[in-house]
Amino acid sequence: MSAARTAATAGRVLTQLRHDGRTVGIMLVVPCLLLGLIAWMFADSPYPVLDTFGPLLLGIFPAVVMFLIASVATLRERTSGTLERLMTTPIAKADFLIGYAVAFAVAAAIQAMVLSGFAIWVCGMNVAGSPWLMMAVAIVDAVLGSTLGLAASAFARTEFQAVQSMPAFLLPQIAVCGLIMPRDQMPTVLEWLSNVVPFAYATDAMQAIAAAEPVGNVLADVGIVVGFIAVSLAAGVATLRRRTG
Amino acid sequence: MNYDAVRIRDLNVVRGKRQVIAGLDISVPPGQIAGLLGPSGSGKTTLMRAIVGVQAQVSGQVTVLGEPAGSPQLRHRVGYLTQSPSVYPDLTVHENVAYFAQMTGARPAQVADAIATVDLTAHSRDAVRRLSGGERSRVSLAATLVAGPDLLVLDEPTVGLDPVLRRMLWTLFRELADGGTTLIVSSHVMDEAIHCDRLILMRDGGVIADTTLADLLATTQAASAEEAFLVIVQEGQAA
Repeated sequence: MSAARTAATAGRVLTQLRHDGRTVGIMLVVPCLLLGLIAWMFADSPYPVLDTFGPLLLGIFPAVVMFLIASVATLRERTSGTLERLMTTPIAKADFLIGYAVAFAVAAAIQAMVLSGFAIWVCGMNVAGSPWLMMAVAIVDAVLGSTLGLAASAFARTEFQAVQSMPAFLLPQIAVCGLIMPRDQMPTVLEWLSNVVPFAYATDAMQAIAAAEPVGNVLADVGIVVGFIAVSLAAGVATLRRRTG
Repeated sequence: MNYDAVRIRDLNVVRGKRQVIAGLDISVPPGQIAGLLGPSGSGKTTLMRAIVGVQAQVSGQVTVLGEPAGSPQLRHRVGYLTQSPSVYPDLTVHENVAYFAQMTGARPAQVADAIATVDLTAHSRDAVRRLSGGERSRVSLAATLVAGPDLLVLDEPTVGLDPVLRRMLWTLFRELADGGTTLIVSSHVMDEAIHCDRLILMRDGGVIADTTLADLLATTQAASAEEAFLVIVQEGQAA
């Protein structure tokens, strides 16, 4: 492994993003639009819906976007032959994937700041806990989305498969992560399932912030999310092959 | 150097259920241009991928610069040009070559040199997606050349280029070979044989001749490499 090659790869991916203004625009605007839609829908509700669910959506929307971008980006490397060329050079497989993860973390940080700012100042979302912590958790959640996307792309050979890996990998997680129904009210088997799903901890951390729980509770969940990031990166490294058929 | 730059003994490659290379032997001495000629589908790309160490399902002995193909210590000494340009369309020419330079440990000064070598200095700041097909393949070549590898494995580098550029590239390949670089260059255009020190003729995943152009023409009594290829195939079918 080499820090220089990891950094060069992260820099290269960010330069690609910088040259693709439309993708960056969509990346920043779409999560805001979705959150704005929900805020508008419940504007006259007697319950503080946005204050309860807003942070959860802040954890999920960016992660979904980053998942898709990450899985399509690595698929593009495979089909264009650039990955094949890279595999003949000294770059380590971990350099390649961590480089991607770092680049997406930078993109996720920008996205999280824009979205949090929009939620708080435009939509009027009240965060019971620390808004800064919420922003940090949104970044970690988005990085989780991108590393899951990097790992999932190992199973995709075509663009059609890559796009469908989102509903295959993420929608079940969104279903049981506690967004739709609190996890402790689910049928027992589903509750067990929700215990092993990365997104459950991504939303738990956000829920803890929304409920102004002690910072320690939030960090415990964030720690688990970071663990899932490491596991999905390791899975990505293990499934990436220098030699292909 | 008393070893061959590339030495292959009893190479077998399976793709899916199909055996695409069966019992192939070749040797390429250092500092030579070896032309890998044969029709599309004859196994040229698979052989090249085995040499640079990215082909799966390989058995037999493939020794490159004295090391087993694909060894980590070979990765900064071997340059591979894939058949279709493998560069990032959304990056500029300079950004592409600089990135691959960083991967292979080339010095920053070598980036501009490599771009100049393929005559793209004027397009250095242009996004690759804005370039023509021929220009893209030269960006890809610059990224392969940038670190000055000891062995260059080039998959159809001259296909689709205009005659002036083709001449320019063959002159460049000759200069590199004179400087001690070994080149393995594939083509499905038999006429390119005149630029090579050594010819490896392939068909159906096997080598049908491993020779020089002079010897090939002498033994087959043919007037061109293309004709000689046909003679060998006919002889093979008659036998």
